[in-house]
Amino acid sequence: MEGDLIEETDLAIVGAGPAGLAASVETAKAGARTALIDENNRPGGQLFKQIHKFFGAKEHYAGVRGHDIGERLLAETRERGVQVHLDTVAFGLYDRTIGLMADQKTASLRAKRIILATGASENPLVFPGWTLPGVMGAGALQTMMNIHRVLPGRTVLMVGSGNVGLIVSYQLLQAGAEVAAVVEALPKIGGYGVHAAKIRRAGVPIMTSHTVAKAEGKARVKNVTICEIDERWRPINGSEQVLDVDLVCIAVGMAPLSELAWMAGCRFIYLTQLGGFVPMHNQEMETTISGLYVAGDLAGVEEASTAMEEGRLAGISASQSLGLVPEDAAQKSKQDIANRLLQLRGGPFGEGRLQAKELLTQAWIQR
Amino acid sequence: MRTGVARSGALSKEELEKHKVYPEQERLRRGPVAIIECIQEIPCDPCVYSCPQNAISLETLSALPKLDSEKCIGCALCVPSCPGLAIFIVDLTYSKEEALVHLPHEFLPVPKVGEAVDAVDREGRLRAQGKVLKVRADPKTDRTTVLTIAVPKHLALEVRGIRRRSR
Repeated sequence: MEGDLIEETDLAIVGAGPAGLAASVETAKAGARTALIDENNRPGGQLFKQIHKFFGAKEHYAGVRGHDIGERLLAETRERGVQVHLDTVAFGLYDRTIGLMADQKTASLRAKRIILATGASENPLVFPGWTLPGVMGAGALQTMMNIHRVLPGRTVLMVGSGNVGLIVSYQLLQAGAEVAAVVEALPKIGGYGVHAAKIRRAGVPIMTSHTVAKAEGKARVKNVTICEIDERWRPINGSEQVLDVDLVCIAVGMAPLSELAWMAGCRFIYLTQLGGFVPMHNQEMETTISGLYVAGDLAGVEEASTAMEEGRLAGISASQSLGLVPEDAAQKSKQDIANRLLQLRGGPFGEGRLQAKELLTQAWIQR
Repeated sequence: MRTGVARSGALSKEELEKHKVYPEQERLRRGPVAIIECIQEIPCDPCVYSCPQNAISLETLSALPKLDSEKCIGCALCVPSCPGLAIFIVDLTYSKEEALVHLPHEFLPVPKVGEAVDAVDREGRLRAQGKVLKVRADPKTDRTTVLTIAVPKHLALEVRGIRRRSR
């Protein structure tokens, strides 16, 4: 892609994380000319930072480490002839045309169908000292630690006990750091007990009903004060503890990265369990803009396993709408994926997300 | 005091009893057997397929795994298969004074056979000196090392890890 040239393709997919990669495999398999766009210098999104073994069933790559799943998906995209455009920013979406910028040049890509798989961004947490160097999000920490192999601190306070907070704490221990504590504002650990158990037996205290009060230091974090909070989230006087840490990692949830979907004029729905404003979509992952699909965290913050399934679903639906997949084959594949998604959202940890997705379907019908 | 896996990260005595995490005493005395410390319904099934004896079953993907301790021979193939690192093997028949615990380990450095290690419980507390008898790390365990350590017999149901060493 060069200059102001307008290029055309059948399928354009924005975001080469687990959802985008899986979608591209399906569209290319169906025979659609597929362009996969990502602003990063390598594909995979967050997948290559995930060094732990995934949960799920065999069909969801259970027991395989995240980065190995990433390698498998990448190999498939190569085999299928997906055109991957890296270091390329999708800055705008105008009807069926995507505005792209690469090498300081702009270009337009016109596609018959578009799948947005832009992912999510981390929620910030504001407290005195939150702008000090040494306070960072779990995503940045994983990038430094697991991709670039740089450990940005020796002793860490983890804020948030969802699966991200628990898993990144474990990875910090694996990388040779100490985790002084995990604090969780809620009275219960957010993530899986088995992830919590791994770091607990490694000696990490997990403090529920606790939060970070302030971080202090001149050029960077030198210590952090944590405190207990009551059921109305008010700090309990006298419960303060000062921990000597040089890194405070924030893992307090994510929100869909929805700018392109807003720009395209998609209708949105606010669903707390899915991370906030989510583009409304049907069970084929198509938005209120015909021919525009969403998948992965943009369609509701969940996990990499669900993102891959949604990507496949969007890929098959989009290819089918182009007449590239026979009706009955498409129906069968879509049903299989729907079943697998239902499985992944099973159990108490998936309940909220399952209900939110059902609300979404109802809202779609009533729109 | 906050106890229980969802509040502290460590299974409590009550949870271990309620979910019948341990096989019967009689079975424990007979030889090595798996202990599956998985009490939350998570969609996950690799343990089922890891077992050559078909001793582990699941009603649905999100159900809790059930161990048929009569079929289980304590081979430890399930230990590295669990993404939650929640399966252990306990062998009370090892010697008069000591029991064996097979546990998953994903930290460096990996201890060597014959080395003494600090054996810790679910809360990370030092409970005893253990001795490494076996280190299993091959392509099939996919970087989850299975350590076999000998510990004082009365701690076999409590030791669940070894203290990390500085790298």
